Amino acid sequence: MAESLAPTEVPLVGDFSQPTTDSALSGVRVGVITFPGTLDDRDAARAVTLAGGTAVPLWHDSTDLQDVDAVVVPGGFSYGDYLRAGAIAAKAPIMEKVIEAANSDAALPVLGICNGFQVLTETHLLPGSMIKNDHRKFICRDQVLRIDNNETAWTSDFEKGQEIVVPLKNQDGQYVADAETLEELEAEGRVVFRYVGVNPNGSRNDIAGIANKRGNVVGLMPHPEHAVEPGFGPDSSGSGDVALRGGADGLGVFTSVLNKLVSAR
Amino acid sequence: MSEKQFNLDTVENAAATPDTELPWAELGLKENEFEDVKKILGRRPTAAELAMYSVMWSEHCSYKSSKVHLKQFGAKVTDEMKKDLMVGIGENAGVTDIGNGWAVTFKIESHNHPSYVEPYQGAATGVGGIVRDIISMGARPVAVMDPLRFGAIDHEDTARVLPGVVSGVGGYGNSLGLPNIGGEVEFDECYQANPLVNALAVGIMRHEDIRLANASGVGNKVILFGARTGGDGIGGASVLASESFDDSKPSKRPAVQVGDPFAEKVLIECCLELFKNSIVEGIQDLGAAGISCATSELASNGDGGMHVDLTKVLLRDPTLTPGEILMSESQERMMAVVTPENLSRFEDIMAKWDVEYSVLGEVTGSGRLTIEWDGEIIVDVDPKTVAHDGPTYERPFARPDWQDDVQADHFTGSEADAQRPTGGALGNAVLELMAGPNLCSKSWITNQYDRYVQGNTALAMPDDGGVVRVDENTGLGVALATDANPRFTYLDPYEGARASLAEAYRNVATVGARPVAVSDCLNFGSPEDPDVMWQFAEAVRGLADGCMELGVPVTGGNVSLYNQTGDRAINPTHVVAMMGVMDDVTRRTPSGWSKAEDGQAIYLLGTTRDELDGSEWARLKGHLGGQPPKVDLALERTLGDMLVNMSRDGMIDAAHDVAAGGLAATLVESCLRFGTGARIGLGEVAERDNVDTFTLLFSESLGRVVVSVPRSEEVRFKDMCTARDFPFARIGVVDAASEALEVQGEFTLTLDQMREAHEGTMARYFGEVAQG
Repeated sequence: MAESLAPTEVPLVGDFSQPTTDSALSGVRVGVITFPGTLDDRDAARAVTLAGGTAVPLWHDSTDLQDVDAVVVPGGFSYGDYLRAGAIAAKAPIMEKVIEAANSDAALPVLGICNGFQVLTETHLLPGSMIKNDHRKFICRDQVLRIDNNETAWTSDFEKGQEIVVPLKNQDGQYVADAETLEELEAEGRVVFRYVGVNPNGSRNDIAGIANKRGNVVGLMPHPEHAVEPGFGPDSSGSGDVALRGGADGLGVFTSVLNKLVSAR
Repeated sequence: MSEKQFNLDTVENAAATPDTELPWAELGLKENEFEDVKKILGRRPTAAELAMYSVMWSEHCSYKSSKVHLKQFGAKVTDEMKKDLMVGIGENAGVTDIGNGWAVTFKIESHNHPSYVEPYQGAATGVGGIVRDIISMGARPVAVMDPLRFGAIDHEDTARVLPGVVSGVGGYGNSLGLPNIGGEVEFDECYQANPLVNALAVGIMRHEDIRLANASGVGNKVILFGARTGGDGIGGASVLASESFDDSKPSKRPAVQVGDPFAEKVLIECCLELFKNSIVEGIQDLGAAGISCATSELASNGDGGMHVDLTKVLLRDPTLTPGEILMSESQERMMAVVTPENLSRFEDIMAKWDVEYSVLGEVTGSGRLTIEWDGEIIVDVDPKTVAHDGPTYERPFARPDWQDDVQADHFTGSEADAQRPTGGALGNAVLELMAGPNLCSKSWITNQYDRYVQGNTALAMPDDGGVVRVDENTGLGVALATDANPRFTYLDPYEGARASLAEAYRNVATVGARPVAVSDCLNFGSPEDPDVMWQFAEAVRGLADGCMELGVPVTGGNVSLYNQTGDRAINPTHVVAMMGVMDDVTRRTPSGWSKAEDGQAIYLLGTTRDELDGSEWARLKGHLGGQPPKVDLALERTLGDMLVNMSRDGMIDAAHDVAAGGLAATLVESCLRFGTGARIGLGEVAERDNVDTFTLLFSESLGRVVVSVPRSEEVRFKDMCTARDFPFARIGVVDAASEALEVQGEFTLTLDQMREAHEGTMARYFGEVAQG
């Protein structure tokens, strides 16, 4: 261990003091929202950092998006998931601004992970909703997903049809929507991620994640931010390798948005 | 407030009415204890004082039966053990220096009785309570673990208790964003009606952030913050945790606390922000005995005086009496001592996190803890008499007269051993073992826990220990393992406790970490039974002696007594939690070989004796008798050193300790970990150790680990073993193409056969979930 290293602070929520690499990507600012009860905010910030971008903490109670280029609504149990998962967070002051920016001409890229996906459906940025898993238990597993749409802001670094492995962990993960919505999602190619092998929660059409019509807003139940760093991810990857916690397939979600934003400049 | 419908029992009133009948027995006090209270006060206690003394002097809070024995943990220490210890026994949790300015605090506690009465809430609040202990040391909690013990897997009450406990542990821990990185699950009839739910939490902090529970500085404010106080958990410590269950009493459901993990998550962040800004002088969580405990402990650890206005407590239920408020064990509450100058900054942080608080009073120089209600004094005590000077019992203990008979009843040669399998039948015996309740895959349980959150989990179940990264810049981290072998402890409490210690030590070393500290959770039957008390005394002596030999201190823990129904006590369940340090967590060793290790040599470290007594195989055959395996802690220490060095120097790519289920279980688990087969030959080592193949596979001799060694490292590996004079034997190779575990000349089991046996059991009893 290098004795010369400055002492590291125990990061508080909102203190993402990770060094960023010096590249074109580091100029891209990705906001990560913290609600009371958010759990995976630091993980999402780490994923942004590892992908090369700059993570910017956003506080639920603020209306200042701090000029970010994209926003991640991370996982957790915002407001204890009281009422319905994501229902109260959807009304938070920061979400008003996120909705506005997502729907604007600039089409702010927004990613909702797990509870964040639930928040995005509650705001109607995305259709449908999540109900309790069909087996009614919390489940944490390494999940195989297929990229069915690689043209969204968050999946452009993947191949269409590519399989990836990322952790899934939730209790309310069963995606449901009326028949018409499901048909529309399928017809427009807006199912972005689909469960492969096991459908872990009874989601309609094996849907794990979807996009809005413009592809700037994406939500998914599994956690790409937990598969970004070899040594701390799942034991497997979509390429079939098996290595102790070596899976880092989720990183592509974060590099996608950074590369897309940089090339658009 | 003054329209309350009860007669206020003031100090003045108590002095004037010495003969008023008080419900001391209902509150769990013994007659001699009540007499002591009167002697201390020089009068009868008020109703509120009685409430305080009854909870604080309960077995759960005062350790009155156990403390004469627990003293050994403080007495049997060497300089080596004190070297890294920053805070020892007596605070909310011990703190260990792990280098680079980082400190780690961890502790294990029981929540057994509440979890039997109300499995979900009992288990959930068990997690909540231990996490608050960690926060109150100034640390950010970073992981939890939970050793669980249930009755027989097919007993109807297990079907009620287990799913609730698992959902409770998961529901609370998952919502706090704490990865669950391991634990144990054991099924045994002795836990029917006395399930054990132990919870461990670990937290990290910078050295300068350590906080202690004391109220110093006259004039400083005493503030209660977090959730409101309600009627839940009243008397939980005295009534629930300190008595045996008995059919003759009414339901104890109201004595179980109800948890709100969201409130606790907010409390964690809010406390860490308080610490970061140096706003609190002292802090204490509210757990067992609620405000009684927090006020008396803070006051007696500080300058000795405190005045509190109980009417300022924010209530969930306005009908609570002062005594009930003092005893309530409502969750998610903390008490802080803050200087008047810092009060407005404190309020700002409460506002940011939307946390309710009320200033209850202040630190005084009076040496007394005084509590007022509506302007009248209802408590006036020396806080030390409440918090520290509780009764101490030298409970009688004696070696049970049945112990000799039990120890004489060896498995080998017993009726249960009549059909010892050989040859091809050994393969079926291995499958039977791996499908059995205690060795079957527990992924049904662990898949309900989040092991990913925080992004620092380097290892988790089913590996030998959990590993989390502490410092993202250097990779510095900690490993944790919990172990108990209550069957060994039943056969010989002294040796059994040392065996549990040895196993926890070995597990931590097996993942590649240097063991540095112990926390223990001692679950036993009634201390009023001399047999049980002897088990307790012997186990504590065994652990204290063992820690000296291994050079690792006990930093804290918890005692849970009265785990018995009628005169049936549980097997003495002495859970040892071991913490180890790793300079770089990416060097950690998994418990099995993957295809990348194809062709690597498999070695068995250690020797095997005929030690089937108390083994998992004996349990499957309904036998419990004889002597536990021989414990050699000097050998364990050498083995631990070797494993840490081998892992650091890249000499081993997989390592799995040999424990419950013996070598058979280790080999199957190592194959199944990444789905990779192996070819094993046991002839030579059986001959060396002079045991038959069955014994080699099923005996549970200690001090053994199976490792896989890259071909390029074999010379160095063998040199290290030889130099340390440690027995080793090459027993096979990793064989990816075979898709099977082949024990040459005996049996071959395909990966699918082993998976089917190992992975189906839990779902058969508790229902299917998406497997994976």
